[in-house]
Formats: sequence, structure tokens, C-alpha cells
Amino acid sequence: MDKINMVQSLNRTLHDIMEADEKVLIMGEDVGLNGGVFRVTDGLFQKFGRQRVIDSPIAESAILGTAIGMAISGLKPVIEMQFSGFSYLMMHQLEGNASRMRTRSRGQFTVPLVIRMPYGGGVRALEHHSESKEVYFAHTAGVKVIIPSSPSNAGPLLMAAIDDPDPVVFMEPKRSYRSFKEQVEDKLPMMPIGKAHILEKGDDITIISWGAMIQDTIKAVKRLKTETGCNPEVIDLLTISPMDIETIIDSVIKTGRCVIVQEAQKSFGPASEIIALINDHALMYLEAPVNRITMYDIPVPLFGREQMYIPSQERILRAMIKTLNE
Amino acid sequence: MTLRTLDNFSIDYLQILDEKGNVDKSLEPEINSEDLLKLHYYMTFSRMVDSRMLNLQRQGRLGTLPAATGQEASFCAPVLAIKDTDWFVGTYRELGGRLMRGEPLLNILHFYNGFEEGSFNLKSPRTLPVSIILASQLPQAVGLAYGSRLQGEKDIVALAIFGDGSTSEGDFHEALNFAGVFNAPVVFLCQNNQFAISTPRELQTKSATIAQKAIAYGMPGIQVDGNDPLAVYKAVNDAVKRARENKGPYLIEAVTYRMLMHTTADDPTRYRDDAQVESWKAKDPLKRFFKYLTGKQIWDEKKQIDLEKELKQTIDLTVKEFESKKEFKPDAPFDHVFGNSFYLIEQQRAQFLDQLGKETENG
Repeated sequence: MDKINMVQSLNRTLHDIMEADEKVLIMGEDVGLNGGVFRVTDGLFQKFGRQRVIDSPIAESAILGTAIGMAISGLKPVIEMQFSGFSYLMMHQLEGNASRMRTRSRGQFTVPLVIRMPYGGGVRALEHHSESKEVYFAHTAGVKVIIPSSPSNAGPLLMAAIDDPDPVVFMEPKRSYRSFKEQVEDKLPMMPIGKAHILEKGDDITIISWGAMIQDTIKAVKRLKTETGCNPEVIDLLTISPMDIETIIDSVIKTGRCVIVQEAQKSFGPASEIIALINDHALMYLEAPVNRITMYDIPVPLFGREQMYIPSQERILRAMIKTLNE
Repeated sequence: MTLRTLDNFSIDYLQILDEKGNVDKSLEPEINSEDLLKLHYYMTFSRMVDSRMLNLQRQGRLGTLPAATGQEASFCAPVLAIKDTDWFVGTYRELGGRLMRGEPLLNILHFYNGFEEGSFNLKSPRTLPVSIILASQLPQAVGLAYGSRLQGEKDIVALAIFGDGSTSEGDFHEALNFAGVFNAPVVFLCQNNQFAISTPRELQTKSATIAQKAIAYGMPGIQVDGNDPLAVYKAVNDAVKRARENKGPYLIEAVTYRMLMHTTADDPTRYRDDAQVESWKAKDPLKRFFKYLTGKQIWDEKKQIDLEKELKQTIDLTVKEFESKKEFKPDAPFDHVFGNSFYLIEQQRAQFLDQLGKETENG
């Protein structure tokens, strides 16, 4: 049992799965010899060779399109979009084909593949390297969207994604790649897709977040407890789509108050969907309007000002106190 | 007989000034001394700026940077062949070319320090900002060239620059196809620097040359020594002339080498040999152009020392100015989301400033 970071957790999982299942293969830009720009695929090329760890030409559309074919043929491709900002070039293959092949062929052809991509801000990168566009993928029927938040859940969720019979978009919060380590057992069991994780149990207020924002949320919650003595329930969403309605609704019915923290811009984001679900199932239990802390409806600023815009601990704390007092 | 050859093709390679500084007089382009020295000035400036910016980055005074060293002939010489009124559409590895287009060094520094304030070029209204999504700028170049022609600018051209990696993207092929079909006056210039981050040119395409891809889209293509400023200039100049005469687009492959890292976040020792890098040092474009200019007796060692001193001063002053202004209006990112004002955006701007105010109070 070692203390490892998220990159190591993902890397270890890929090594294990490729050893256990020869149908799993890796494809993407710089994923082979270079081990991926974030080193998530480090060492796989050396161990499994160029036929199973493919350094592809630069063409996101062809990476996914080819992977769809490989998946239909019986393989399990795990492809990498180097940054989520470059993934829009594969959108037509995702929306037009990967997501629909099962339904189009009435189950005759299926597309079990995983599209990994680092996403999110806070690493002082250039344009297109900071966005949180999980909703683009979540809005595609037939596609599952997973966002791990820690070394302990990244590997087990990736196992589940690779095991899943359908296309899964696996978004890795790059701010959390190396920012902290956890004790992780050598062999962890798979975690279920579609199930949120309750990080802390409480009765006074429900706090929902995912991805890199979990770390800021946990810190803000700690301060909230010290400052107000309240007892919050903290939910790490983990799967964006299909969303875990049960866990969210059970919690909100219990607490009557909810704050959602999302790094993505405000309008039409996952928080909007959570609020709609609460409206559908728990409106009459609410004691205060549901509050959401988000980015604004603007392109993510370049890194000079980025930190002012990503929801800060202070902003999350103020929102939680406001919702508690309403 | 049903089996017959429908087409054959060949691709030319052009080198005028070789590694040792020898000139092929029969191919030497006519460039006046003033322009030759201008080209030399910007190639030298580019090399010095690149090295200074990498130093600033290492000291944490700039963010992630793409290195440009070694490719100066490929991105400076083409700019000499176009006019200010032509379009320049590039990506992120044409440092000296952008400086030649009038982009202030101060802006470049602010841009790589993460401020949008550096990402425009008022001095050159026909230079598009840095395009990071590979090849996405290429169809735009076709539209710019076609659009300007349609609006009555009879001899306008667009110079579109990209790398070898970009030639794998669909946008590259779609742009060349559109340019061919529209007969658009676009000069496509590929800086083939042998690597797309870690991926070598051989894994990018099975084509023997990138230049030959032109044939499939009904336009001419040529491969040139991308470290030979004269060859790059001549190829671009000929292509520009042809495009101005409404004879359509052209694809030029400039064979060069990325001497340093892809960006400062990259570690090339993981995927390439030092010996290869060493072998390309001998082909340095600056060294051979210095030999050419001294051979023509319009340049010498003393002038070079003075120029480098002058450029160092210019860079020092600009870096000083850059260091003195590193903060900008916090809510500027709300300014150009739309061309007109919307309640939703303005409401969020007010919320942002309110939150920011609270944090300043607390902190």
C-alpha cells in the first residue's frame, strides 16, 4: 500500500488492466514513447509494445473514429484526447456514431470504449487548456461521463469505465493530477458508475461538487463547521451522466438546503440539471433556494486572471453560510 | 486496353544557400540590401527573444512557452514576401514572423504571462491571433483570401502557417480542398520541424513528402530547405506572385528542425537523441545567412556585435516595461464576450466584482 497521486493511480490501473485483458489497447497523441503529456500512460509502450500502445497521428476525429471500429471488432480501446480543449474535433464521431451505434443497430453493434481527457483549469496553461465542458458530453444520449476526484477513486472508476459495455467519457481534473497523494491499496475493487459518493454525512445542508472543486469544497466545509458548528452532508458526484438522482434527492429531502460547486460556466451546466432534479423531486422540502457557485458565462480567462474566476474557498464558504441563514 | 496511367507527379526540392554558405547563383532571388538586412534583423531578434523568454519562463516570470529557435528562416522569410495588406494566419511557432508583422514584443510577453491584453496586434490588422487548435486556422485563411477578393481587393493573398503535425488534422485537408475548388489565393506554408511534441514526422504520414499532398487537391507543391532563408523566400514569393495573378493556392513544405522543446512543459530527451539535435546545429539558418550577407559585403562581424547589443537593449527595456505592469483590470474577461451588452453578462460581471471585493476585504 503506497501513497500515490492521481496520475500514478490511473497509470497503475492501466498497467493492471492491460496485463489482465489483452483486448485493451491505448491510442492517442504522444501516449507511447513519451508516456502522455501528463505521463498517465507512462511505461505502457515499453511493456506492451507499439501494437497495443499506439502513438497516433494528430487527428482527434480519426482517433475516436478508428477506436469505434476497433471496439465494434471486439477490442476495448482506451483513447486519450491530449486536452479536453482539443476534443471538440471528435464530437461528430461521438454524437453521430459512438453514442448511437447500439441504438442504430438495435443492439447488434456496440461500442465499448473509453475516452480519457484531462480537463479543467488552475495549472497556468495556455488557451484551450483550462475549460470544464463536461456538459457537452453529458448532453449526448448513450454516453456516460465520469469525473474522478482523488487517487483512491480515479483507478477504480477507470476500471469501471473500461469494463462498461458502452462509450464512456472519462474526464480527469488535471489540477488534481499531482496536487495531493493518498494511501491506496495495490488492488482496489471497481467502483460503480452512476453512484455518487457521500464524503461526509450530515443533516443541515447538502454540498454537491465533483472533480478538482472537491478539494476546495472540503476545505471550505471544514471552515464552515468550525465557524458555524453546523453539520453538512458533502456529496462527490463522480458520475455526471447518468446522474445519481437517489443520493442527491435523499440528501436534500433530509437537509432542505443545497449548495452546488462547479468549475464549469454557469448557464446550462450540471448544476442547472441538479437544480432541475431537486425541483422535480424535492421542491417542497426546500427551506432555502438552491445556490450554485460556478465560473461565469465567459471563456475561461487566461491564467493571469484565472484564479480570480475559478470558485475560491472563500466564495464557497460565503455561499454556504448564506444558504444556511436563508 | 483498360489499364492506363492517368497521372504522374514529381515534387521539387529547393535549396539556394547551403549549410556552408555557398549560393546557387542561378536560383538566387533578387532581394535588395535593405530587405536582406531586415530579414537578418528579425531572425536575430527572434532568436534572442526566444532565448530570453525561455529564461524568464525558467524563473517563473512567464507561463508555458513554445520554443521557436532554429526555425527562423521558415517563419521570417515568408513574411518578407507578403505585404502588410495581405493576411497572416498562423499558430504559435512563428515568433520572428509575428515580430515582423508588427506584433509588439510587449504584447507577446503579456500574452505568455497569461493576459488577454497581449493577444491582439493593432499595428497589423491583418494578422490573426495565435491559433492553438492545430490546423483550425487553415480553412479560415481560405475564407479570408476569398472574402477579401470578393470584396474587391484584387491582389490580396493569405499566408497560412502550420506544422507537420497539423497535416494529419481534417481541417488541413478540408482547407486545401476548399482552396483548390475556390481557386483561393492562399499560400500554405508547412514548417516541417520533424516533431509534433514526441511524434516524429515518419509516424505522422506515410507520404514521402508533405509537399506532395498538394497534388491531390489540384495545386502545386514544393519542398524547400526550411533553414535556407533564400529558398524559403523564393518559394513563397513565387507562390504569392502566382496567387496574386489569380492562379490559385500553393503548398510549400519548409524542412526545418525544432532545436528545443515543444513547449517548456515538454522534455525532448524522452524521445529523441542528442546526436540528431547536434547534426542539425550545422544547418543553422542564422549562421548561413550571416555568411551570405558578409559574402555580399553588406554585413560584418562588427555590425553583428552592434546589432546584438542594440537588440539586447531593446529586449531589456521591453522586459522592464513588462515587469512594471503585470496587473490589468480584473473584469476585462467580461469585456469582449459579445459585441453588445447583455444583462446576463453584466449581472455576472457585477457579481464577480462584488465577490472579488469581499475577498480583498477578508484577505
